[in-house]
Amino acid sequence: MTIRRGRGVAAINYPTGMNLGGDPTQALVHSTPTGNFMVTLSSVDLGQGMKQIMAQICAETIGVPTDRVVVDTADTDTGPHCMGTFASRGTHRAGNAVIQAAREARQVMLEVAAEELEVNASDLETDGQGNILVKGAPQKSISIFDVALSAHFKRGRSISGRGMFLIPRSYPEKETGAMKPSTCYAHACTVAEVEVDDETGEVTVLTVKNVFEIGRALNPKMVEQQLVGGSWMGISHALYETTEPYYPNRDHGGTDFNQYLMPGPGDLAETEIIVLERPSADGPYGAKGPGEMCANPQIPAVANAVFDAVGVRIDTLPITPERILRALKAQAN
Amino acid sequence: MELRKSYFADVRKDDLHEIGQGRPRLDSPGHVTGKTAFFADRNFPGMLHLKMVRSPHHHARIRSIDTSEAEKHPGVVKVLTARDVPHNVYTILILIQIGPEDETVLADGKVRWKGEAVVAVLAETERAAKEAAAKVKVDYEVLPAVFDMEEALKPGAPIVNEYHGQNYYLYDSGECRKVRFGDVEAGFAGADHVLEQSYQSSPIEHAPTETTGCVVMPEGNDRFTCYTNTQAMFFTLDNTSIILQMPGSKLHFVGGTVGGGFGGKVDVIVEPIAILGAKLTGRPVSFIYSREEEMQISSPRAAEKVVIKDGVMKDGRIIARKVTGYTDAGAYSRHSPYGAQKGAGHYPGPYTIPNVWIDTYCVYTNRTPSSAMRGFGVTIGDFALEVQMDKLARLIGMDPLEFRFINAYRDGDMKAHRQPTEGAALIECMQEASRAANWPVAEKYMAMSSYKKEA
Repeated sequence: MTIRRGRGVAAINYPTGMNLGGDPTQALVHSTPTGNFMVTLSSVDLGQGMKQIMAQICAETIGVPTDRVVVDTADTDTGPHCMGTFASRGTHRAGNAVIQAAREARQVMLEVAAEELEVNASDLETDGQGNILVKGAPQKSISIFDVALSAHFKRGRSISGRGMFLIPRSYPEKETGAMKPSTCYAHACTVAEVEVDDETGEVTVLTVKNVFEIGRALNPKMVEQQLVGGSWMGISHALYETTEPYYPNRDHGGTDFNQYLMPGPGDLAETEIIVLERPSADGPYGAKGPGEMCANPQIPAVANAVFDAVGVRIDTLPITPERILRALKAQAN
Repeated sequence: MELRKSYFADVRKDDLHEIGQGRPRLDSPGHVTGKTAFFADRNFPGMLHLKMVRSPHHHARIRSIDTSEAEKHPGVVKVLTARDVPHNVYTILILIQIGPEDETVLADGKVRWKGEAVVAVLAETERAAKEAAAKVKVDYEVLPAVFDMEEALKPGAPIVNEYHGQNYYLYDSGECRKVRFGDVEAGFAGADHVLEQSYQSSPIEHAPTETTGCVVMPEGNDRFTCYTNTQAMFFTLDNTSIILQMPGSKLHFVGGTVGGGFGGKVDVIVEPIAILGAKLTGRPVSFIYSREEEMQISSPRAAEKVVIKDGVMKDGRIIARKVTGYTDAGAYSRHSPYGAQKGAGHYPGPYTIPNVWIDTYCVYTNRTPSSAMRGFGVTIGDFALEVQMDKLARLIGMDPLEFRFINAYRDGDMKAHRQPTEGAALIECMQEASRAANWPVAEKYMAMSSYKKEA
């Protein structure tokens, strides 16, 4: 028996949002009497951290610290419509809706501050710390706390805004397929290094080096958690997973985590993530949707690495030890 | 993780305050201390538990259903069959005009996959519901089943789903979604090499930590509150409104804290029948998939087959690419017609190829209905495309990474679906991968750019 080493590369792109568009998301933003901001949505946080990202986007747009923003989401009695969290669309679609709503709210906030300070709203700026200052004369300022109190109790204004994001639906031309599937694409290139035991067919993924271009890393820590998780899922998809291990016989499908094969912590490769940012023209602060894309390039990279190691092509997923051994046997004959 | 700010620095302003900061997630402390409330944490007095009687056959006619023994089982409050469901035949994408309605909430006259829901049992305890479900007698006449897409497409194959009438989804473009660009046959004729290869995949499971489910509370004001882990609140509410023929104003969905989705929670499966149960009994209802149901009943990723034929020149240029993609929808559409169509918009991958022909089919078989899953329509296509790229490079004796630089799309290049490329960054990803993985490529490739004209 010999342990053989190989490496493979794959490069991909991935569309952000629902294919062909037509997938709206709306957002509402309003201030409380003491100048905290509520973002109201019906989008769903699947555990990836969407609420946190929406809070940061709202905070950036209004010009307050993120901890001044509360996100209330996924209640159909209060939240305006969102198509849903899928198709790498959450950050892109809801983020744009939040920006639009927050801009409208910010404008009212600046108008109220302008009345209090007896200046023009266009002469004001936020310091990001909870204050509104006169440009060029920062000693003349008012806190957002006081602006909100004034709006509510004195001036009778609602510091609020409505946001909507919709990419018009594209209908493919029947004969040529001319269409607009998406407005922005994330990118990746992955190099995987494997060892293959040519006696058992077992594959060990040694390293996975992923370069992802995602427009803008809105929260780098959360980007990291999503990209690392995606990279692991890609390895799992390449080498382990099937609900029908004996297809076309439908028996013996896994029914729990003991039977359904996935890599354990010891099976995971040393994973490197490098992020590039080419802001997209229509993304919130340039962000694209990397949620799905990040689990794709590892699959062909591992498949190509297996070939590089032992010289057989496994063109059917998952790349199991059985398939590798059968291919090696066929090659030897 | 490293952020490589040197790339695209000339097209990016780094002047933001809250964006770009790795702020701690506000929901993390709740998640890691077990204080976050998920839908299943709702427990109401008098709550009933719903269990499904499922088809043991891949394809069968239902001769009769006898629920009398189940109804007598201690603790059973209600047993539901197809005739209890107001609008029993539905399809979720009808909301965006992708029909026809082709799936039953509860089987009516026929089952088309092993595991299909036939009868719903509501009881005081999970155990009573399970025991009573085992007492439902369904008389089946087993029919021939088809498990293979190529078999399903052959003339004379058993028809899986009568609502379609044939074993493929009929697009306005015909039996498949088509893309035609340039002259692919002329491209093959002029190529130095032609390589045709076939790729296949298996269904896989989303494997979320939290299984699919909902808890429904009938409110005093004649409304129903549905605590759910759906990935799409109004999509589920609106489909429920259609299935139950109930005004949407009677429905209140609460969700938004979900233990993993990956596309597995965008089918509308548990909510309508649980709300119907709550309506007909006047009691709260819980319907939560077991881990076994999550793994074998909920939609997996589709099995796919992708056939790629390429014409390539010795200098590395791909001059023609023909892709035929098959998506195995299983017995019902769910999101698969959408997924197959997404593939048509994705091929031929992030490469500029002058002659392209794409056909993508959505095929019906008696397998478990597939649906959305992270990247569907693209993930398996990328596996096929990128293994094919490796094979092509080796066929002409070229480094696989350098081969990709030669063909990589750049801003302004026309794509096969007739959109000019914008915002490309494939070249830069490959340049950085070359450095990070110590996989050197020729200097001319390191000098390339997705968006700048080379000097």
